[in-house]
Order: sequence, then structure tokens, then C-alpha cells
Amino acid sequence: MEFLSNLVNGISLGSVYAVIALGYTMVYGIARMLNFAHGDIIMVGGYICFISMTSLGLPVLVSILAAVVVCTILGITIERVAYKPLRSAPSLAVLITAIGVSYLLQNLALLIWGSDPKSFTSVVGFEPLRLFDGKLVITSETLVTIIASAIIMVVLTLFVNRTKVGHAMLAVSEDKGAAQLMGINVNATISLTFAIGSALAAVAGVLLCSAQPSLLPTTGAMPGIKAFVAAVFGGIGSIPGAMIGGVLLGVIEIMSKYYISAQISDAIVFAVLIVVLLVRPAGILGKQTREKV
Amino acid sequence: MKKFLSLVLAGCMALSLAACGSSSSSTANSTSTVDGSASTGTGTTAAIKIGGIGPLTGTAATYGQAVRNGAEIAIAEINAKGGMQYEFEFQDDEGDAEKAVNAYNNLKDWGMQALMGTVTSTPCIAVAADAVEDNMFLLTPSGSAEDCIANPNAFRMCFSDPEQGELSAEYIAENGLATKIAIIYDSSDVYSTGIHDAFVTKAAEVGLEVVCDEQFTSDSNKDFSAQVSKAQSSGAELLFLPIYYNEASLILTRMDAVGYDPIVFGCDGMDGLVTVENFDTSLAEGVMLMTPFTAAATDDMTVAFVTAYEEAYGEAPNQFAADAYDAIYAIDAAITAAGVTADMDYSAICDALMTSMTEIELDGLTGKAITWDASGAPTKTPAVYVIENGIYVAA
Repeated sequence: MEFLSNLVNGISLGSVYAVIALGYTMVYGIARMLNFAHGDIIMVGGYICFISMTSLGLPVLVSILAAVVVCTILGITIERVAYKPLRSAPSLAVLITAIGVSYLLQNLALLIWGSDPKSFTSVVGFEPLRLFDGKLVITSETLVTIIASAIIMVVLTLFVNRTKVGHAMLAVSEDKGAAQLMGINVNATISLTFAIGSALAAVAGVLLCSAQPSLLPTTGAMPGIKAFVAAVFGGIGSIPGAMIGGVLLGVIEIMSKYYISAQISDAIVFAVLIVVLLVRPAGILGKQTREKV
Repeated sequence: MKKFLSLVLAGCMALSLAACGSSSSSTANSTSTVDGSASTGTGTTAAIKIGGIGPLTGTAATYGQAVRNGAEIAIAEINAKGGMQYEFEFQDDEGDAEKAVNAYNNLKDWGMQALMGTVTSTPCIAVAADAVEDNMFLLTPSGSAEDCIANPNAFRMCFSDPEQGELSAEYIAENGLATKIAIIYDSSDVYSTGIHDAFVTKAAEVGLEVVCDEQFTSDSNKDFSAQVSKAQSSGAELLFLPIYYNEASLILTRMDAVGYDPIVFGCDGMDGLVTVENFDTSLAEGVMLMTPFTAAATDDMTVAFVTAYEEAYGEAPNQFAADAYDAIYAIDAAITAAGVTADMDYSAICDALMTSMTEIELDGLTGKAITWDASGAPTKTPAVYVIENGIYVAA
């Protein structure tokens, strides 16, 4: 029973990682850049939802929508201002810029909302599910997180594979130049990717803060890094890969916390990553392609 | 055109963040002086110069500012009584050992005759090394590391971390709260580890059984599902949380979600739990905490101090402010007891105070009948509170 309850907890934590990892993986797959500011957009999403709910007293769904809208605008803005001018610059320059944006967002949040933690009210209010005479408790946040991330993954996969815009994304990710020659607006496609990624970040922020209701300017930092690991783990650029990577990471983290030691659970998580990358350098579902020289 | 668009969008980004913010920034003055001779009083006797050192900027700025503010209130009160007059000068060390030593030398140039500082442990140890050479009296309000008071001229106002752990174990055993204890602590934090280690040692002596001993680190201090379910399945009657209130609020939320309801016992780091913005105080119902000071206490002395502090600085005082307030009163008591006058040099004052500190007894904010022994550590009994309906009630 303990094992089962840990498994559920792990899948729940992993589902949040998965939603964040989806944002990482999409941006990487299409723009070929690591958007390290992604974790901090989660934090902004959390704050926007928090303020909408508490200070403005808006209903939960409207608050989530507000967070999604603000984060989408923020994501597009960051892309336009910070990343677009560097489209032909070396990838290292873009990486450093992304780290810079990450710190900018954290410090802006510190300036605006202060360093005191805020207690986030969970957006889901129904009673936890009690199975096996109450031995296995599945919290409402866990249920919602798992269901939401599953829906997001399915919708996203359908969107990319079945719609015209989705096909354009795939084309840009394969070859920017060729896609442009085929009449695809590469810049608009990349902007759209950032918009979707940031909207997902807002949802992830709300889910994360509902499960772990403490909001700080650094709230997004560690989950962001973990989700990046999850994306690499599952095969960066692959949507189902991000999902599998995220869930696996969450389960490994909780299991090692429970059965080995909470102190070294992070070390175990990263050790597993190293092993996976040694065996499968492109990640679990990553395409094993040889670099063209 | 593109550049213009970029600028507009950048503006939007800044606005989208700024529009939703509530102002919550506090300004820090680099130094401050309360001029004793200028305030009310007899004005005939010269003032004794007391220096203070602590972080007014940087990550530990809240502590330094609180200590400065608390000390200023005490100095103003004592000067207003018209007896011995004091001048107080507080210098910023940014929580850095080297800058603390510079601040110490600056204060010596200013004419400091006794030091109330430093606020944080690492700078305190560095300054203590210079202070013992100079034979300068040192009373740290909040430097909780053992080494802060290793020298005979150094005294401490607050508890050391291990003392809190020992007192907690004793309190739990004496009051028969529980015999099976679970602990969740921050293994990456000196404060938390210090209390934890002493608690575990003391628990074995007083007949408590630690059935679950779980830790977390500052990098993984958000998800507590594994630790909470371990504590739950261990059958512990009491969960000891020698941690800060932010993590505690997460643990309490998790416990509520899975329906785990043992006695929860914390130390002074838990103070602040009910004031977390938007925190559901029903989660903290019945939480016990042992703390030398809380602004939520209702005794006359605390209420007067909290009122004066809020009027002057616009926020509730924390424990650091109370420690500093008591520290100034302790210095005043020791100076009065030893008959120190303002024309004595700091070495002579130090010799006098080293004896008189062990003879005085202080009724302060952080404890009643506080006494010191030659080691420099205070003896005081912390109060235990239970949170009921979001309010602290003496246990």
C-alpha cells in the first residue's frame, strides 16, 4: 500500500514536471534553443493566478485564464525582445540570454511581490479520494494534475500532427530554411511555439502551486531545472518523451525519497539521467540521428 | 520599426508585471545614529557609546534592520528615563566577516565603548577575535553559533541552536505530550540541523523514542509527500519540526490533504506561520511552538514594545528586534551594576562588565529572570504557545 501511495505521489509530481517539460521540449524542438526562463514563467503564472484569486477576488477559472493570457503575452514578448534578435547568433549567446531573462524575471518578481512567501489557495476544492479503507489517499490536486497533464499531452500531440499550423511547426523543426522556401512564416511559427509553451507554463504554475502552495520568486527555478532534465531524459524535442520523462522523474524522486534517503534523492535523480544518457544519448524517445557534417 | 515594436513590447512586459504587484519593498539606511545627548534627559553626564554591527543590506538584511530598530527603541527609552545616557551607532556588514571587521574598526574610530553585535554568526566569530584582543565588551543579540561567545569578553542574548533542541525534548517529556516522535528537518541548514542533533541526543536521555527521522534540503523543500507518508506510517504521536515556517506551511498542507493529525511541535523558526499571506490558519490549529519571543504574545511588555516598534517602523518586530532590545537593556543593567562611567576607556569597561554581566538578572522580552554565567550563554525559559484560531495562546 505504501508503494502504491508513493507511486501515486510520484506520478502526481511527475505530471507537473511533464507539463513544464512539454514547454521546454517544444521550444527546443522548433527554435533549437534552451529557454531557461521557462521555469520563471511558471512562477509568474502562479503569482498572476494568486493575485487574481486573492486581491481581485476573481473566480478560479477566470484566474487561471488570466494567468494563461499574461504568460502567453509575456512569452511572446520575451521571444521578440530577447531571443529574436539573436536568431542567427551562436547558440551559446542565446543560452546566456535565456539565463539572463530568467534572473530578470526572478528579480522583477522579488521587486514587485517581495521575498515573503505567499500561501497559494488550491484551485481544486473537492474531497480527496480514499481507497482501501482510507489507506490510500489520493488528493484532489493529484487527480486534477494527472488528468490535466494527460489531456494537455493528447491535445498537443493532435495539434502538432493533425493541424496545418502543427505541420508548419514540424517543418520548421526539421529544416528552417526549407520550411521558409515552402512558404511557411518561420518567425510567426516560432512566436506561436513560445506562446503555447508559455501558456502551458501558466497551467503548470497553477498546478504546481496547488500541490505545493508556497509562492516565492524562486518557485519556478528548481521545478524548471527538473523539468529540463525530464525533457532530456525523455528525448528533447519529443512530446510523448517529455511526458514519459517527467512522470519517470517524479516517480524516481519520490521513491528514492521514501525508500533510500530524502537527502540524496536529487543526486539519485541526476545519476539516473547520466546513466540514461550514457546508454541512449538522445533520451528515451529521442530520435537517434547522426549529426550531418 | 522593429526596434520600436521591441521597445513597446518590452514596456508591455514590464507593465504586465508591475500592474499586478502590491508594493512590498522596504528601504534600508546604510547607517543610523541615535544621539543620546540630543534626546531628553539630564544632559549633564556624557553618554556611553555603544556600537552595533549587522547586515542592513544583502540577503540577511531583515535581521540586521530588526536588530538596529529594536536597539534604537531600547536606547531611546533608556535615555528618556534620564539616568545613564547612551549614544548608538549601527554599521552595515552585509553579513560578511571581512566587512564586519571593517565596521568594527570604524566604530572604534568613532569611540565605541561596548559592542552590541554582530547579528549573524560568521561575522560575529571574526569580530570576536578582534574584540578579545582589544578587550572590548561584546554582546551578540542573535549570533547563535557556539564559537561566537568562546572568549571571556563575549556574551550572547539568544539561545544557541542546540539549547533549543534540548529544551524542546525536555518540555515534551516533562509534559508527557508524546513518547513516539517523528522529525522532519532541513539537513542543509545549520539552524535546523543544530536543533535536530541536540534534540535527538536529549530525547534518548529523557525517554522519548524517535521513530521517524526524515530530512529535506534547500533544493528539495517543496514536495513533502514522501516524508509525510513516512511519518504517518511510523505511528508517531508527535511531529517535531525544527524548521522555518515556509516549509512548515507546506508540510501542514500536505498533512491535511492526507488526513494525518499528530501533535505538531516547532521552535522559533515556526514563528511567522500564521502571518504567511493567504495562509489557511485552520491548518495550523493546535500547532505548538517554543519560542523566546513572539509579537503575538499579550503580556504588557511585549504589547508596549510591539506598539512602539510598529509606530516607528511600520511593521511588527521579529525575534531579532526583541533580542536587540533585551541586549541593550542587559548592557545598561550591567553598566549600572558595575558603576561604569562614560569617561572610562573600553578596556576598563569590558573588565567591569565581564563581572557584572554574571551578576545581573534581567526581565526582558525574550524571557523572565535571564541570567548569564561566565561562559556568556544566557539562562532563560522560552515560552510555549499553542495556535488556536490563528492566535497564539500560552500553553
